[in-house]
Amino acid sequence: MAEVKKLKRPELNTSEKLYLFALAKGAAVTLKHAFKSMTGKARGSEALKSSGLGLTMQYPEQKWDDQLPEHYRGAPALVTDEQDRERCVSCQLCEFICPPKAIKIIPGDIPADDPWAKVEKRPKEFDIDMTRCIYCGMCEEVCPEQAIYLRKDYAITGSSRAELLHDKQKLYEIGGKRIGLVNKWNEIK
Amino acid sequence: MSETTETQTLPKDLAAEKGLVNVQIDGHWIQVPRGTRMIEACKQAAAEVPHYCYHPKLSSPGNCRMCMVQMGMPPRLAPGQDPEYNNEGYQDIGWMPRPVIACANTVAENMGIRTQGELVEKTREGVMEFLLINHPLDCPICDQAGECTLQEYSVEHGRGTSRFIEDKVKKPKNVDIGPRVNLDDERCVMCSRCVRFMDEVADDAVLGFTERGTHTTLTCHPDRKLDSNYGMNTIDLCPVGALTSKDFRFQMRVWFLKETKSIDVNCATGCNTTIWTRGSQVYRVTPRRNDAVNSEWMPDSHRLSFHKFQGNDRLTDPMVKADGKHEVSAWNQALDASAEALKQFDAAEVAIIASARMTNEELFLTKTLAQVLGTESIATVARDDQADGKLISADRNPNTQGVNLILGTEGSAGRLISIKNGLQDGKIKALVILQEDVFEAAEFTHDDLAGCELIISVAAVANHTAEASDIVLPSSSFAEKRGSMINVTGRLQRLNQALQPPGNAREDWEIIRDLTLKLAGEQNDLFIIEDVLKLLASSVKEFEGITFSKIGDQGLPLIDTGETIPLLEAEKQRINNGEIVG
Repeated sequence: MAEVKKLKRPELNTSEKLYLFALAKGAAVTLKHAFKSMTGKARGSEALKSSGLGLTMQYPEQKWDDQLPEHYRGAPALVTDEQDRERCVSCQLCEFICPPKAIKIIPGDIPADDPWAKVEKRPKEFDIDMTRCIYCGMCEEVCPEQAIYLRKDYAITGSSRAELLHDKQKLYEIGGKRIGLVNKWNEIK
Repeated sequence: MSETTETQTLPKDLAAEKGLVNVQIDGHWIQVPRGTRMIEACKQAAAEVPHYCYHPKLSSPGNCRMCMVQMGMPPRLAPGQDPEYNNEGYQDIGWMPRPVIACANTVAENMGIRTQGELVEKTREGVMEFLLINHPLDCPICDQAGECTLQEYSVEHGRGTSRFIEDKVKKPKNVDIGPRVNLDDERCVMCSRCVRFMDEVADDAVLGFTERGTHTTLTCHPDRKLDSNYGMNTIDLCPVGALTSKDFRFQMRVWFLKETKSIDVNCATGCNTTIWTRGSQVYRVTPRRNDAVNSEWMPDSHRLSFHKFQGNDRLTDPMVKADGKHEVSAWNQALDASAEALKQFDAAEVAIIASARMTNEELFLTKTLAQVLGTESIATVARDDQADGKLISADRNPNTQGVNLILGTEGSAGRLISIKNGLQDGKIKALVILQEDVFEAAEFTHDDLAGCELIISVAAVANHTAEASDIVLPSSSFAEKRGSMINVTGRLQRLNQALQPPGNAREDWEIIRDLTLKLAGEQNDLFIIEDVLKLLASSVKEFEGITFSKIGDQGLPLIDTGETIPLLEAEKQRINNGEIVG
């Protein structure tokens, strides 16, 4: 099935082999950003002002939170949707894909008297070991139910290993409610 | 041309002499027995044909249409016309314009089969599209995901996207059709394998289809449940997630599970099994094909029996009784204490109650232990019950034949009674009990054991015998050890280790070996279980030349007991009648 495709490395010309132009290009980017921040035009310049020079952010009094880009990958967390349904159905794909094996799920039934009984399955336990997590975002990518997202929380600290083991409750706390997700378990399902 | 064909023998005549026919599969000519199903011929030519409803052990209704292939035969001759043969001696094939099903048609001389090509691929794509129209696509919550042929064929032969924009037909989901089986009708592809299995193999026709067309629904007959002791085989048979196990429901995704080939130890049939584990837990046990033992089936009661080794009552540490209370001890101390205690008694005062649930290797070491102790009182506990006329043998011990070979049959029936009498008379004062609960299995009473001064028991699970014992040595369940057993027909089969014993528990053969060493006070060179089998092979003549690799996954016939397995006899009958492929 799988076809083997042989790729050819690009031929480098003399100037590319010297690397000097590439170095100069890199230096130019650095200088551009240095210049931008000196003139107060850098991203987060408001926060940087407080250092006097406008170059250093006074962490932790000030934080990067507002400047984080949309695609920032912080702590992974579980989300609920507009109907307050927990999205996760414990299919364990994230547990399978997780490179450092940080995720552990124990699946469970949804009882017949639950309003979402037709979903049948949800996690009984869902643990993410934050001492293991490498914030790669594979769990988010693989999730077929739009249930796990990497949030912008980056300061994951604790004074014991137990504190860094995010259980189901903690994960929903971080994740919160997410609006505008596909409602796969709608009334015609 | 005509001259050469007359002097040379044609391939069709060569094949006919051996009862074979020539078939061209994907351009290659092979010879297969006359009457072979096209799908089986393709399998022999390593051109696997996708299928749902076909199963070699069941009749072939040909209703899933997944196994369609292109077929061709030599064109029919006009009256008086002679067949023409090409250089290789075959007639040219005239390909049919429409596909045929490969499962219910048999091969013929000079037939051509194409399992590839545009016609076949388009057909499969079309069948897949129809099957998926009403499929709920709930793979994230479906236990079959990962071992679902609908998923696999969808990737291999499907078209990738759906063109169906109407509403899907709703059918009952999560239906309770029996004590051990759950039904999801939306996932069903109407292959009818379960219906045929219950009718033809389990002899308990409780399943059937109602409604018509796209509304066809699998259901139980009115006022009936799928409660046969063979009902769970329908779960393995189901190519999709329509029938799922209640026991395994939502326990673990199958791609996490490690498969270990082993055998069932609940009766003398010794059904071949696969043990599915993750970490230190068995999640399920499923039957494994062995046409000389269990075909492809196993009884539910045996399948679910692994749970008795998963409770909180597993013994994990050696225990020595001090002042009437068991205290956790180290292995060395417990074994030393056992040896010391046993040495206090005369050889005639010691008896061993072994078990026909032990492997051949363990039984052989038990015999050595008896020799070191000098005792001749060694017995096993019989477990006789009703046979079910299918796979469950009347003998519920898995290794009675092994006991007979290794410990001998002479006076075997009276041995346990004489030990019981010896205990009551006070002639026997020390008991070594291996893997048996004498209260439950041998109907001993506390009065019987009242005069007994020392009881040493090797047990995996806490029971009354372990409680009454002075020294308890924790051992392994069937899934935690290697070894061999002989089934009711005399077939030698192999157990493989799927898990490590819990805590400080050890494999039984190691415990018996160490106890023997402590008693004899000398070294031997039994380091791994292979060493024990080697020693066994050199001392019991039936085992001569046997190694674990020679036993293999399918076992090998060791002795002839004259016993048969009823289900296999019924299956042979059906093969002879041409009802199934087998």
